[in-house]
Amino acid sequence: MINDAFDLRSTELHIEVHKFRTGAVAAATIFTLVVQALLPVYFPKADILDLPLLITIYFGLSRRNPSTGLLLGTVIGLLQDSLSKSPLGLYGIAKTIIGYVASSIGARLDTEHPAARFALTVVFFGLHQCVTVLIKRLLLAQPEALFTMRLAIAAGVNAIVAVFLFLVLDRLRKP
Amino acid sequence: MVAIPSRHKSLVLLAGVVIVQVLFLAVQIKRDSQGRLIRSWTVGAISPFERTGAWGFGRVRGIWSRYFALQNTSRENENLRSENNALKLQLDQLRSKAAEADRLALLINFRQLNRNVPMLGARVIGASADTASETIFLDRGSHDGIRRNMAVITPDGVVGKVIEAFPNSAQVLVLTDKDSGVGAMLADSRIQSPVGGIGEPLLVMKYVPNDDTVNVGERVVTSGMDRIFPKDLPVGTVTEIKPGNPFKLIRVRPAANLERLEEVIVLLTMRPLELHKEAESAASDPSDKTAPEQPATKP
Repeated sequence: MINDAFDLRSTELHIEVHKFRTGAVAAATIFTLVVQALLPVYFPKADILDLPLLITIYFGLSRRNPSTGLLLGTVIGLLQDSLSKSPLGLYGIAKTIIGYVASSIGARLDTEHPAARFALTVVFFGLHQCVTVLIKRLLLAQPEALFTMRLAIAAGVNAIVAVFLFLVLDRLRKP
Repeated sequence: MVAIPSRHKSLVLLAGVVIVQVLFLAVQIKRDSQGRLIRSWTVGAISPFERTGAWGFGRVRGIWSRYFALQNTSRENENLRSENNALKLQLDQLRSKAAEADRLALLINFRQLNRNVPMLGARVIGASADTASETIFLDRGSHDGIRRNMAVITPDGVVGKVIEAFPNSAQVLVLTDKDSGVGAMLADSRIQSPVGGIGEPLLVMKYVPNDDTVNVGERVVTSGMDRIFPKDLPVGTVTEIKPGNPFKLIRVRPAANLERLEEVIVLLTMRPLELHKEAESAASDPSDKTAPEQPATKP
């Protein structure tokens, strides 16, 4: 199957599609979920982080294949749902959409610069929040604030963490 | 059949995956199920890593506290010593009051009853993977006798209740979660009202009319009305009171340190504790004439 990312490779943009070492995606996903579950036990303030979201964004932006991006988002989201008390599908849907949009953007823009990564993470965090709030309001009848100061801080903190986390994850790429 | 252009295939896949998940959500809501099997698999797969991670964190912290953070030890010792002295004084005051107070006599009986309540110590091995909810995972599960809706406490006070029991782990809804609640009452005035979380460190006491008198610093304890938590367990302390419409806005600081839970106790019983029977038996016991007989509180 020729997807958008590969189509674009043949154009003048020369956006590179990154491949990762065997098992890197699975290992990073499990590691992230475990750290997400462990950190708040010892550092309560760390519950502001959404590491599974950052992983979804990173692999979406790097792989630049919307199909694999959305499927990875689905898996990560459903795993996150399984480890929380939310109904299965809440984060699944949100991260499916994030995976798709991230891969689509990744196929059109160069997202290697830290500033671009910071800005994109803030945008994706906002989009993720919008989708989860919509699902909660429309499907689950749970009133949820679309914007709070805590969310704004969380977006900034996650974006800062993303810049450094993405640098670490870059090392998992195949040379 | 019309072929889908390759550039639209991913969009079709996106729509399909989202629709399937929406339908899955709808099924869960309709059947009031939470995809238990999938959760069980996931927790079963992840919890060994969590155990290992928790062990690793403990080791690292142990090394840090033993070898690198010794400069704080003497100061901490001093603080602990003064705190210990204050606590001893407080305990003496409580002991003197206990000899005369009728309610305390009931509490003593209640404590005697609790001796027979099966309890299980459990270690916290993880928190929620979801930033919007306050849940924790314990290293004990249904194989250890843990069931849904069992009360989870610490010696300081109420922690929450078990919402899911997996074979080797259990998920606990912490009191600070937005969906959490406990039947509670003010320890002095005995005004009853549920206490719940709002996703913040402080709890909220709901449905206390503006006419009722509540004081800052007043203790809040469990009422036993929810049939999950035994009566008179500490829930917290009133920290803020504002007039509201039609109920007061009362903030409660949790008695247990819910932000730093590492070890908890699970009450391995679903049996509601009926205090009046104990009071009656205590009243009939010639060795304890101080315990008054009180009518049972019915929900």
